[in-house]
Amino acid sequence: MSDVKITLAEVEHVARLARLALGADERERMRSQLDTILGYVEQLRRVDTAGVEPTAHVLPIVNVMRDDEVRPSYPVDAMLANAPDPHDRQFRVPRIIEE
Amino acid sequence: MSDWTRLTIHETVTALRDGRVTARALVEAYLERIGLLNDTLGAYLTVAASTARTQADAVDDRFRRGEPLRPLEGVPLAIKDVLCTRGIRTTCGSRILADFVPPYDATALVRLIGDGAIVLGKTNCDEFAMGSSTENSGFHVTRNPWGLDRVPGGSSGGSAAAVAADLAAGGLGTDTGGSVRQPAALCGVVGLKPTYGRVSRYGLIAFASSLDQIGPLTKDVRDAALLLETIAGHDPLDSTAAGEPVPDYQAAVGRGVEGLTLGIPDEYFVAGLDPEVEHAVRDAIRVLERCGARTRRVSLPHTDAGVATYYIVAPAEASSNLARYDGVKYGLRAGDARDLVSMTASTRAAGFGPEVRRRIMLGTYVLSAGYYDAYYAQAQRVRTLIRRDFARAFAEVDAIVSPTAPTPAFKIGEKTDDPIAMYLNDVFTIPAPLAGVPAISVPCGFSLTGLPIGLQVIGKPFDEATLFRVAGAYEAARGTARRRLEIAPVPGARPA
Amino acid sequence: MSPGWETVIGLEVHAQLLTRSKMFCGCATAFGAPPNHQTCPVCQGMPGVLPVINRRAIEFGIRTARALHCRVNGKCRFARKHYFYPDMPKNYQISQYEAPLAEEGWLEVEVDGAARRVRIERLHLEEDVGKLTHEGGVFETASTSLVDFNRAGVPLMEIVSRPDLRSPVEAAEYLRSLRTILRYLGVCDGNMEAGSLRCDANVSVRRTGATELGTKVEIKNMNSFRHVRDALEHEAARQTRALDRGERIVQETRLWNPDRGVTVSMRSKEYAHDYRYFPDPDLVPVEPAPAWVAAIEQELPELPRARRQRFVAEYALPPYDAELLTSDRALADYFEEAVRVHPNPKALANWIGSELLRELKGDPAAVTATPVRPAGLARLVALVDEGTISGKMAKELFERMARTGEEPDPIVRREGLRQVADEGAIGRVIDEIVAAHPDVVGDYRRGKKQAAGFLVGQVMKATQGKANPQLVNRLLAERLGTG
Repeated sequence: MSDVKITLAEVEHVARLARLALGADERERMRSQLDTILGYVEQLRRVDTAGVEPTAHVLPIVNVMRDDEVRPSYPVDAMLANAPDPHDRQFRVPRIIEE
Repeated sequence: MSDWTRLTIHETVTALRDGRVTARALVEAYLERIGLLNDTLGAYLTVAASTARTQADAVDDRFRRGEPLRPLEGVPLAIKDVLCTRGIRTTCGSRILADFVPPYDATALVRLIGDGAIVLGKTNCDEFAMGSSTENSGFHVTRNPWGLDRVPGGSSGGSAAAVAADLAAGGLGTDTGGSVRQPAALCGVVGLKPTYGRVSRYGLIAFASSLDQIGPLTKDVRDAALLLETIAGHDPLDSTAAGEPVPDYQAAVGRGVEGLTLGIPDEYFVAGLDPEVEHAVRDAIRVLERCGARTRRVSLPHTDAGVATYYIVAPAEASSNLARYDGVKYGLRAGDARDLVSMTASTRAAGFGPEVRRRIMLGTYVLSAGYYDAYYAQAQRVRTLIRRDFARAFAEVDAIVSPTAPTPAFKIGEKTDDPIAMYLNDVFTIPAPLAGVPAISVPCGFSLTGLPIGLQVIGKPFDEATLFRVAGAYEAARGTARRRLEIAPVPGARPA
Repeated sequence: MSPGWETVIGLEVHAQLLTRSKMFCGCATAFGAPPNHQTCPVCQGMPGVLPVINRRAIEFGIRTARALHCRVNGKCRFARKHYFYPDMPKNYQISQYEAPLAEEGWLEVEVDGAARRVRIERLHLEEDVGKLTHEGGVFETASTSLVDFNRAGVPLMEIVSRPDLRSPVEAAEYLRSLRTILRYLGVCDGNMEAGSLRCDANVSVRRTGATELGTKVEIKNMNSFRHVRDALEHEAARQTRALDRGERIVQETRLWNPDRGVTVSMRSKEYAHDYRYFPDPDLVPVEPAPAWVAAIEQELPELPRARRQRFVAEYALPPYDAELLTSDRALADYFEEAVRVHPNPKALANWIGSELLRELKGDPAAVTATPVRPAGLARLVALVDEGTISGKMAKELFERMARTGEEPDPIVRREGLRQVADEGAIGRVIDEIVAAHPDVVGDYRRGKKQAAGFLVGQVMKATQGKANPQLVNRLLAERLGTG
């Protein structure tokens, strides 16, 4: 039996970081699946990458910038058309403090 | 059922230009066929019937007034539902965006519509493009037109199925780990993943930003070249859309393979490869040799590490790109929200399917403090090694040929229990996006049970022209007659 | 600060840049638009959008970096900083992490005449977040909040000092100097009340002479120099009191509450943020060309400290005057323009420091809008120096100039402000007054020297205030003194 790659506590921590509610039954299933996947990707640790730069971009381009010019903004109604709870032309959200 | 729906894009353009069919009649023909078959196939999520009719009428008006016709005037296309279409629902195959209507068009759509194309509808896909079978769609399954109990591949299964079943003249998909090429292979159509940065990603709802590319799914190679010419090129709205000039890709299609050297990678012809697939692909390579191409073996030593590399990098970027879906600004919001944090957590749990949730968890984990270097940074270093593999190979050969997928289309439900088994479907398609290089899949035969098999050609950065030469030559040698699919609509079928 | 304890402070300053458009999209940055009227899919973080860097923001960052003696890195990158909050549309902020725009500079800070270099660790660019308003106006009790994304995406420059500051006064002075520099450079308007300049602090205490740093506490919600000084003073005292009692300092974030005069713990259940930084794949690296950096550096204006020192040397101004005049670049420019017209720097400095500043309601930056232009003020001072008008008249003249925007000469002509300097005319008036008040004259001659004041007053009244006062005094003294 290979060693455990991820614990239930870690799964709960990650779920909080990712804002994903996991039901009690789901937690162990998720843990187990992640464990399997992490076990698979472990093989990368054995690849010799000494002195190799990580790929941050596959393209060799740099310095892509735009001029400081104002372009027309979008009409406010278009910007709020998909809002779940628009109010006063703003996005309304429930209580921000964590209960 | 009309024969107009059998035509390729370029044949359609000619027919419209010659006045043999009106744009409206063409759209009606497609809409009729969609009406007949979409319940069975589940290719489309949204059929934009009224806007398509309106646009078709506008095309016919231009024609009547003698106005100059644009390159894609009146051509009806199927668009994968991860591409933003202004005023048309765009869901990414996800319940979290079930009612999202973008206020803007993706740049690729602006260019297609600017050239006269018509959006017939938005096609089904694996949720947020995560998957290899379209079974991860939050809405319904898409069936492979070549075998209704089979998957069409993924994540662009809807567009591939639509094109294969003549429910559109052509279409767009997106490819991150193989999501255009693999469904193309499984559905017997042509599918291209351009070089990273060849086509603007503005308006492509992001999955993995350093890998995603928009690509054509078409009935023949020339159509793919035509669509690529339209959508490729520098975009001021996308910093990664390179300024490389766009060559005449259609001209490359007929140029032949005389003088080209093709590489056959050792690591792609190993155990696990379906013998029928190997047979068809090796046959195709022999055809290319007879057309005048030289072949030699090459080695891409880090191929084995590709899937693992991809399944760290892509979920990491996805976990970041999908953080915006929080029930605040657009999309689903969970109903009984006491407070924002629990509202967001419930919204995301309810709106995202299991594969997406899994990848968000995995991605968040590999980016988190303490794990970043061992996983994400290490994966990006291995990615550099994979890029170097290709660079070294391309010093010796002009293009690399391989199977696109390890097996023909598998059965619906066959691989859904085992994520790793599903991930291994991408083993041949994953390396190209990791290296940022272009690759095309072209049909190269059928299994004994009549399921399509695809030949993949991988090219140098910004050398899609060579891909079109090779694929075009092969297609011409094989004969362009397409096996016509007869699909018996299942009476009363609703997409599952 | 209690004896035996030393305060250690580092400041993190966020400055909104004065670009016309946002950091990653073309929406305007102008303040005051109705909510969500200055947004687009990019700054709203809609599905499918991509950022594109504003070149001028990079330029402003380089300009500031060189003014603060920072090294501009040859290659810098943008990174994603992840956390969930409703004012951040993507739930990550595009910022810079491992490869910032510039590093390792310094700023000289003067307190009580002693100057010290405060090191600057890094300077980087990022995007601002939207604005939240809370139902009922109170965050703690609001059941809902509203989000406005107009501000989301405005370019922010973050400047982080090393923990080199040793007192709240010094910290406030660092902030003041930095603000003045940013305004001189034209990169930020430095308005703390409006939030275009924000300051957070990291504070710890340690025994005097100790080399290790104590546990640091982050202090937020300081909206003015005053707040910075008061909050840091309070926090340093709180920490030393706690340590004296044998308690440990908790590493946390505390908010300054100006009404109660205390820092309050942000009692959130958030364990330390894990921002999961990684290089933003949507943006390619920025490698500022050395020629570009050099050109920007060459165009740097004379900075506040240098200008102040030059004013003292070149114009022989007292340090206080030089400090006031250079506290705002526009004011310093105004002064120098006026001096070019009429070279009496001391008088001009006085006029600017009193009448003009009063006219500007104490806000030096408003000098660009005042109707009294530098040449006009210079002419006014010249008229006084020539003796054409008296000092008292000059004040009235100034009032009129401020009201009408007219040049001084037309006003003088029209209103007859020209003071009377004709000895004969004044002499005749004096004779009349002296004749009319023999008893006062008698008082004066008997030794009550103040009586002259009454007579001077009468002369001024008789001449509608236009008599040259020095002349009146002299002539009166002659009339009375010898007698």
